[in-house]
Amino acid sequence: MLIMPWTKLQIEREEPVFDENQGQNVRKLSFGEALREALDQAMERDPSVYAMGQGIDDPGGMFGSTLNLHKKYGPERFFDTPLSEEAMIGMGIGSAMAGLRPVSIHNRPDFLMMAMDQIVNAAAKWSYMFSARVPVPMVIRACIGRGWGSAAQHSQALQGLFFHVPGLKIVMPSTAYDAKGLFITSIADNNPVIFIEHRWCYKHKGYVPEHVYSVPFGEAVIKREGKDVTILGVSHMVIEALRAAEELAKKGISAEVIDPRTLKPLDEKTLLTSLKKTGRLIVADLAWKTGGFGAEVLALTAEKGLPLLKKPPVRVAFPDIPTPASHVLEEAFYPGVKDIAAAAEGLMKA
Amino acid sequence: MSERMAQDTLISMYTHLSRIRKVSLAIEQKYPQDEMKTPVHLSLGQEAVAVGVCAHLNKDDIIFSNHRSHAHYLAKGGDLKAMIAELYGRETGCSRGRGGSMHLIDTSIGHWGSSAIVGGSIPHAVGAAFAMKYRKAPQVAVSFMGDAATEQGVFYESMSWAKMRELPVVFICENNLYSVCSHISARQPKVDIVARARAFDLPSVRIDGMNVLEVHAKAGEAINHARQGHGPYFIECCVQRWRGHAGGGDPLREQYRRPEECEESYWRDPLKDFRHHLVSEKIADDKKLDDIDRKLGEEINRAFQYAQESPLPRKEDLEKYLYS
Repeated sequence: MLIMPWTKLQIEREEPVFDENQGQNVRKLSFGEALREALDQAMERDPSVYAMGQGIDDPGGMFGSTLNLHKKYGPERFFDTPLSEEAMIGMGIGSAMAGLRPVSIHNRPDFLMMAMDQIVNAAAKWSYMFSARVPVPMVIRACIGRGWGSAAQHSQALQGLFFHVPGLKIVMPSTAYDAKGLFITSIADNNPVIFIEHRWCYKHKGYVPEHVYSVPFGEAVIKREGKDVTILGVSHMVIEALRAAEELAKKGISAEVIDPRTLKPLDEKTLLTSLKKTGRLIVADLAWKTGGFGAEVLALTAEKGLPLLKKPPVRVAFPDIPTPASHVLEEAFYPGVKDIAAAAEGLMKA
Repeated sequence: MSERMAQDTLISMYTHLSRIRKVSLAIEQKYPQDEMKTPVHLSLGQEAVAVGVCAHLNKDDIIFSNHRSHAHYLAKGGDLKAMIAELYGRETGCSRGRGGSMHLIDTSIGHWGSSAIVGGSIPHAVGAAFAMKYRKAPQVAVSFMGDAATEQGVFYESMSWAKMRELPVVFICENNLYSVCSHISARQPKVDIVARARAFDLPSVRIDGMNVLEVHAKAGEAINHARQGHGPYFIECCVQRWRGHAGGGDPLREQYRRPEECEESYWRDPLKDFRHHLVSEKIADDKKLDDIDRKLGEEINRAFQYAQESPLPRKEDLEKYLYS
């Protein structure tokens, strides 16, 4: 497993630190440290939890999120896997049926494509096919890549594919606090959970209590209150939305930023309540535009919230192309603060 | 003492063989009534493998199977009424009508679900074996697969990792030479399935899957090997698929099979051969075996009746069981 110092360099240089509790004297962990603490505490409390993944026991420790846990738990419970995603996830599924609680950790969602049969045809369906006689309590974790020419096969945000399949829960935290709380809830859930993080969130800090706590699925959180426009963000785009909201405030536009935290189950109520207030919706999606989670949000807005809208909703998302390598194209590819702010200003025009 | 136990085992195996045979024939006979609205893949001809293997398994040993799972389900001790009710799509079915013939389950006897994606359940068995070793439990897992499953990449991934961890899993391949209508020589460059497992350092043998005593003997070695903590084992069982891929009869037989396979003399019968063995070795007489058969016939009739009288699932419950 390679450590990639160049992507770390770019993140250090380009992504400013985001501290959710800026100025507050509270216990803070980074997003990556929060994930590590959640896994450690879950494994400590429950001997049936085990973790596996390519290189989770190497000096990089999955960007710090698994660092040195193999030394504490040993190779029976915390281990490196061969490059056999289909068999390893299938193995995890079988062990989950047998009552263990596997956490299957993957460097990138791109690599999960090797295991689509097991995820879609087995894990997602085992409960329904057999009328819930055998649950599959399994967490599949993956980290979305970005930058330094990572290119098409190392930059995908594929939650849209999994989102479409009934039987899977989809979790995407954007902050350290939610990372720990949602990871713990994911491990405790008796169903297969796809837990997707973003590489650029890893150094962000925030208040993370030391004790074990869980963040419930299906509960969005309003990260910033506002009255003019609702911005529903996904994962790292929540952070971008908050930065955009700061810029917009200077221009007298009050943006409300919602973090759904779990895409499935989705908290529709918080979104519709916000739309009732603002009447304007931007979905800042971390994925290709067509057919993704953002498309679903717009569909449900049209079905359940049409009278609330003052303007048609807007999606800020990746263009429908694979991610290019050259930095000029890469920059053009990724939407961010500027695009979200511009979308909001557009919605505010008479 | 050991002679009597052996006799019990032999009679038990006969009973299982006969039950599976009679159930399969009954399904075939009633299938044209269109009341079992599910694709069925009959175990006719292949019964000896499930019976010989499962004779060595306890309730808490776990088996994983595929779309052709009736024999495995029954040989492991699965509930017959629940199986037939599932074929009839009833709420009393083993999967409450949600699974159908390809997705049978009976956790009370260690059958945790059959998967219809060829090769899909192989890693599940490895996972179950992993859990057994994790818990230091003396159980084994068995993965039943067909010849075409050995063409899937996941087969190799699974064997490799099972061997790395020396997991208590036995891989049983029923090679009936056909994948639907496609002969194995059209799919594998060198037809030598045992060599594929041997390449991963698994003890690997090929046996006559139509001979329940040979299956019993070899499966016993393999299961014991795994149970003693010596790691995974592979057995290729050569069998004959009496019918077409799915449904009853084999109406396309002349179009896809070789001429010699269309001769009656080609076809062997594991049940008939075993009965002959029991009688000629004076282990049991025809009267005793006929008596077993008669009781089985009644048991099967009751199961079909139970299924036909059982309630269907309610439409209101359509979305139940999505999550556990």
